[in-house]
Amino acid sequence: MAFLEIRNLVRKAGAVEILKGINIDLEKGGFLVLVGPSGCGKSTLLNAIAGLQQPTSGEIIINGQVVNDLHPAKRDIAMVFQSYALYPNMTVEENIGFALEMRGMPKTERAEAIRGVAKTLQIEHLLTRRPAQLSGGQRQRVAMGRALVRKPQVFLFDEPLSNLDAKLRVEVRAEIKRLHQTTHATIVYVTHDQIEAMTLATKIVVMKEGIIQQVGSPSDIYNRPANTFVADFMGSPAMNMLPGHIDGGMVHLTGGTRLPLPGTVSAAPAQGTEVLLGIRPEAVTDRSLADPSAKHLIDIEAPVELTEPTGSDMFLILRHGGEALTARVRAEVAVEAGQMISVALNLDKAVLFEKGTGQRIA
Amino acid sequence: MSAPADSVSPGSARAARYFIYGALLVFALVYLTPLYVMLTTSLKSLDEIRGGDMMALPVAPSLDAWFRAWGEACIGVTCGGIKGYFWNSLKMVVPAVAISTLLGALNGYVLTKWRFPGHKIVFGMMLFACFIPFQAVLIPMARVLGILGMSNSTAGLVLVHVIYGLGFTTLFFRNYYEAFPDELIKSAMIDGAGFFRIFWRILLPSSGPIIVVTVIYQFTNIWNDFLFGVSFASGEGAPMTVALNNLVSSSTGVKEYNVDMAAAVIAALPTLFVYIVAGRYFVRGLMAGAVKG
Ligand SMILES: Nc1ncnc2c1ncn2[C@@H]1O[C@H](COP(=O)(O)OP(=O)(O)OP(=O)(O)O)[C@@H](O)[C@H]1O
Ligand SMILES: [Mg+2]
Repeated sequence: MAFLEIRNLVRKAGAVEILKGINIDLEKGGFLVLVGPSGCGKSTLLNAIAGLQQPTSGEIIINGQVVNDLHPAKRDIAMVFQSYALYPNMTVEENIGFALEMRGMPKTERAEAIRGVAKTLQIEHLLTRRPAQLSGGQRQRVAMGRALVRKPQVFLFDEPLSNLDAKLRVEVRAEIKRLHQTTHATIVYVTHDQIEAMTLATKIVVMKEGIIQQVGSPSDIYNRPANTFVADFMGSPAMNMLPGHIDGGMVHLTGGTRLPLPGTVSAAPAQGTEVLLGIRPEAVTDRSLADPSAKHLIDIEAPVELTEPTGSDMFLILRHGGEALTARVRAEVAVEAGQMISVALNLDKAVLFEKGTGQRIA
Repeated sequence: MSAPADSVSPGSARAARYFIYGALLVFALVYLTPLYVMLTTSLKSLDEIRGGDMMALPVAPSLDAWFRAWGEACIGVTCGGIKGYFWNSLKMVVPAVAISTLLGALNGYVLTKWRFPGHKIVFGMMLFACFIPFQAVLIPMARVLGILGMSNSTAGLVLVHVIYGLGFTTLFFRNYYEAFPDELIKSAMIDGAGFFRIFWRILLPSSGPIIVVTVIYQFTNIWNDFLFGVSFASGEGAPMTVALNNLVSSSTGVKEYNVDMAAAVIAALPTLFVYIVAGRYFVRGLMAGAVKG
């Protein structure tokens, strides 16, 4: 049985449904990342798990116990907020120890627990300071320390890195991952940064307007997106979407190119079905970079509209059959806007969506 | 903002500054003149007052009038000075300020962090209370005090001032706590703190500036109040302001201006003290409220 279960969770604010029937299972020690565009209900879901907002209907089960009617403090969870929410009038030490104090833990025991956590997070030298005297990164650590010290059953993180600068974010991200691997904590983590989602999660939940679009491992979500929304949301630059239709068991693109069915499609859709061929930029490459073990590598020629060197490699915006097509090639490829280039499409990695519904064709 | 450096020459800037300081000095003198007259008069003898110039410094300064005002002056029929009334006022103002400030903070806390259906109406009605003139509540208040058996007592006055001040103190604290992050409250809830624990341990310790503003505001209002004092307390139980009025307006005997002035200065001392001790926070608190809205 799953460690954290969410059953048919609905939350309404007035007449508006913010969460429209959420179902999630998370095993013990799992790292669940909730992603989705702003306003899709991620924080609302997290608050419901924490008990800070009551769901309208549905159940939340932690370790076999329905916790709907339990006070937040009794749920044995810890939450790290986007703003960190450190108590401004208390020192770092008091901040970290507050929950233990509320539980009535004796002072000496408390000090020991605080010291242990401070050591893990390398904030021992900050213990006597107040939050106002800390940098953003240090505050973030203190907020984590406050969660860690309680040794909760479930950790909840609401966009904990969004207030940090880019470099620090990468560092702390790695630290959170290390922390998860060493403590085997069960974590629910909200972000709208898809890189954070991909790097941290054992399981990703993609949400849109209060509805779960897809639940799966990072590789599932990335390689086999359930619909065009997920495909577009995860990955940067976004997945290419080339319109076409099925003709004689082949994909006939609007530009005239005929391609075999992608490797992810098991049975050919009906003749004439309108489809979108989804293919990620890294599956559109120059021959030398293409996966040599790929079964279907199809070369096409297209004019280059724009080059975007990133340093490590280069993105090319091509024009194919009237559609923009992003390709990823080696940084060394000598090509300029206006020239023709030959790229290989790796159809093993491509996916097919039904145009009307946007659902993936398996 | 950049200073309009090229449009003002250093010379004219200096002239403007002299003018501003000069004007400020004149206004300060105008405002200080009554205080000067009060202080000098209180240090003069009666003969000197009758014969001399109001603005002149005392020839032989003495604190006689101060001691008389404090311990011997006749108020009504008793001649025990104003000291008893001074203590009456203190016994009224300290609990009234403390209770109204604390309740205001509690109200502000509930109205921002524990919202209930209809919280806006409740707050609106409390705001409305701020605009009810004193005179309008006199008779109903007298009736309530009568029913409670608290008329003519310091406790009754405390109750009146707490009720009347609650609208203001609630307004102050509500606006201050409105800007206080909700996430802190949520975090404390998860940490296991209850309603009062969050209030005592997290909100109140972060409320320094607004507490100072509220205390100054309430202290000056309550200490200086005359109408409630004269309506709901009389004789020995009257507060300082009422006693001062009785002292100054008593028609028997010789008019002792020096004693009147000394008593008036004594009556003003506590508010002066509160301003000096807490004044620098007062401005800071007002500014904080203004920015955070
Ligand atoms: N009290 C409320 N009344 C009405 N609607 C609300 C209320 N609180 C939140 N909402 C709406 O619920 C939706 C979900 O909000 P939520 O904060 O969960 O979004 P989110 O996914 O966390 O977004 P973000 O990434 O911007 O943090 C939003 O559309 C928001 O406008
Ligand atoms: Mg959010």
